[in-house]
Amino acid sequence: MHPTSHAFKANADKALHDPGLQDALAKLKAGFRVKRAAAVARLPEFEALRDAGRAVKDHTLAHLDFYLEAFEAKVAETGGQVHWARDGDEARKAVLDICRRAGARTVTKGKSMVGEEIGLNPFLEANGIRPVETDLGEYIIQLRDEPPSHIVAPAIHLDRTHVAEAFLKAHRQRQAGRDLTEPRAMLDEAREEMRVHFHAADVGITGANMLIAETGSTVIVTNEGNGDLTQTLPRVHIVLATIEKVVPTLDDAAVLLRLLARSATGQELSVYTTFSTGPRRPGDLDGPDEFHVVILDNGRSNMLGGEFQDMLRCIRCAACINHCPVYGAVGGHAYGWVYPGPMGSVLTPALVGLAEARDLPNASTLCGRCEEVCPVRIPLPRMLRHWREREFERHLTPPRDRIGLKIWAFAARHPTLYRMGTRIAAWGLARLARGKGRFADLPLARAWTRTRDLPAPAGKTFVQQWTERRRS
Amino acid sequence: MTSEKPRVALFATCLVDLFRPAVGFAAAKLLEEAGCEVEVPPEQTCCGQPAYNSGDRDDARRLAANVLRVFAGFDYVVLPSGSCAAMIRHHYPALFADDPELGGRTRALADRTHELVSFLTDVMGVKGVAARFEGSVTYHDSCSGLREMKVRAQPRALLAGVAGLELKEMAAPEECCGFGGTFCVKYPQVSDRMVSDKAADVEASGAGTVLAGDLGCLMNIAGKLKRRGSPVAARHVAEVLAGMTDGPAIGEEG
Repeated sequence: MHPTSHAFKANADKALHDPGLQDALAKLKAGFRVKRAAAVARLPEFEALRDAGRAVKDHTLAHLDFYLEAFEAKVAETGGQVHWARDGDEARKAVLDICRRAGARTVTKGKSMVGEEIGLNPFLEANGIRPVETDLGEYIIQLRDEPPSHIVAPAIHLDRTHVAEAFLKAHRQRQAGRDLTEPRAMLDEAREEMRVHFHAADVGITGANMLIAETGSTVIVTNEGNGDLTQTLPRVHIVLATIEKVVPTLDDAAVLLRLLARSATGQELSVYTTFSTGPRRPGDLDGPDEFHVVILDNGRSNMLGGEFQDMLRCIRCAACINHCPVYGAVGGHAYGWVYPGPMGSVLTPALVGLAEARDLPNASTLCGRCEEVCPVRIPLPRMLRHWREREFERHLTPPRDRIGLKIWAFAARHPTLYRMGTRIAAWGLARLARGKGRFADLPLARAWTRTRDLPAPAGKTFVQQWTERRRS
Repeated sequence: MTSEKPRVALFATCLVDLFRPAVGFAAAKLLEEAGCEVEVPPEQTCCGQPAYNSGDRDDARRLAANVLRVFAGFDYVVLPSGSCAAMIRHHYPALFADDPELGGRTRALADRTHELVSFLTDVMGVKGVAARFEGSVTYHDSCSGLREMKVRAQPRALLAGVAGLELKEMAAPEECCGFGGTFCVKYPQVSDRMVSDKAADVEASGAGTVLAGDLGCLMNIAGKLKRRGSPVAARHVAEVLAGMTDGPAIGEEG
């Protein structure tokens, strides 16, 4: 997917003036946040579980090469094949090669953020293969030809009228004026449409929430069961994953599964948790003939051993996104790439480059709520600040901000100069305010006063008044 | 001799110094009533947070070095701000982690540095204040104070003892107001949406006054309330706890 993160401000302004989106975002806060809080409250050991989750991921990242190779060996042992991809190009090619060998015309897809990351759908289409998203949210946005706006709920920015509109336009063989006002009617229609694709598909592609080194299994969690039909019915199953998804054992996977659904949707477990190990064995009732796992790096290994390594602990629950006040204001599309919210603002600069994603680490108040809810305790505010440091070092910070900061910092480390400056400012601004106590407009502070009043100083600084009083 | 009293340096913070001296005097009064000897080192400027959060570590370090120098030798350093207190307490040690000389001094300063209200309750053991405030208030939990300094129960406990005061909690007191230091002018539209939501929550609480422990958030919230023509006043919690509410509220005519 081609990033538009450089246009964050324009994207955000557009989002702020989209009433439908704003309604949807208000519902998201009321839904996900309340459900997560209730789920956490029901589990007394949740804090201990967070520590355990962090430990599992830290250990794995410290021995990542070992566990990835162990995983590969187990996949081979169970009759599957691992394909390593350094970047999106290699991953797309690996997928296309497998599809071509299978003679695939149609592929069904479970929800995969990695698929979005490498722009798999347009690539397959350009090569004559029709990808059909089977997660309802992904299906809807595929019909609308737009990217997901949330990593767990990709169509969270839409309401049911958008969905009805998309269905009426796409499902042309159906009766034109049919009633799609009820969610039930839309759901039934989506089911019937998808059922055809499930049976027609030659290849099924899913993502992976985890790869288990001990067994060579891949794990997906879904609530719709679409992932299971995607991977069980076609002859070939391709799993798309990234290097940091591996965990050592089934027990470790259980720790993360207990954190994942609670943090994401407030469920104890998602409705379906599916472990896939190799292709169908003799005697198995179902399953694919071929089992492929494409494991993508795409810049992640550069984060190992540095100040962004902790980000690789992320299990994609979206708790940080759901609790982020900035995401809550502008939604996911404003971030301009696959991963929105705090996790996206840390990950996107690492994967698409800081020059493209310069705004994202700055578009945060560093309020800290993301870290507070992160199931694996990723220090997101600290890493946002690290990106700001990289920007400052590489002169990506706008010159005006930089110069202002330098002048102010110079004054602040020369107390005499600073005291003189603040005395003048307190006096001058108080005179300008003419006893009103605030400014409705202040030329050099319009970024503030365009939308809110600016309280005015009282005439003398605190230190000035304190010194005068102590002297008298 | 006042040798048994702890010597407390009051770091008013740059915003209080310039915009709202009343908070400094309220803080000094509360500290003195709690049995502290209060000094205001005149060479204080800023804790360096704007530089630190803008990625300018060098300037942040230089400003921190100034703070280390100016605030040396006190028993405690107290700030009427959760965010500036957190800067010294949690982020200074990170800034000087590799510095053998300043590293130790920074940690020592960090250990002695406190946010005002939690210092009163948790260190000085203040159980109540002798203030009176006729009216209802709602309390906004500033992000750094809440999450980095764990200030939540302390101001509410002291407010409960203020005669005449009624606390009416707003819907989401822990939700960020959209100030975020330079964030509010770098992303003014996003910030405006956040502070509009906050102002609406404040108004819906039915309280006559909104309180908080950080002037940055308060200026943001007060500025938005005024722009909306709201009658709700905004004050720093220290003003109410010190019984110093005769002067104009934040952004009001004086």
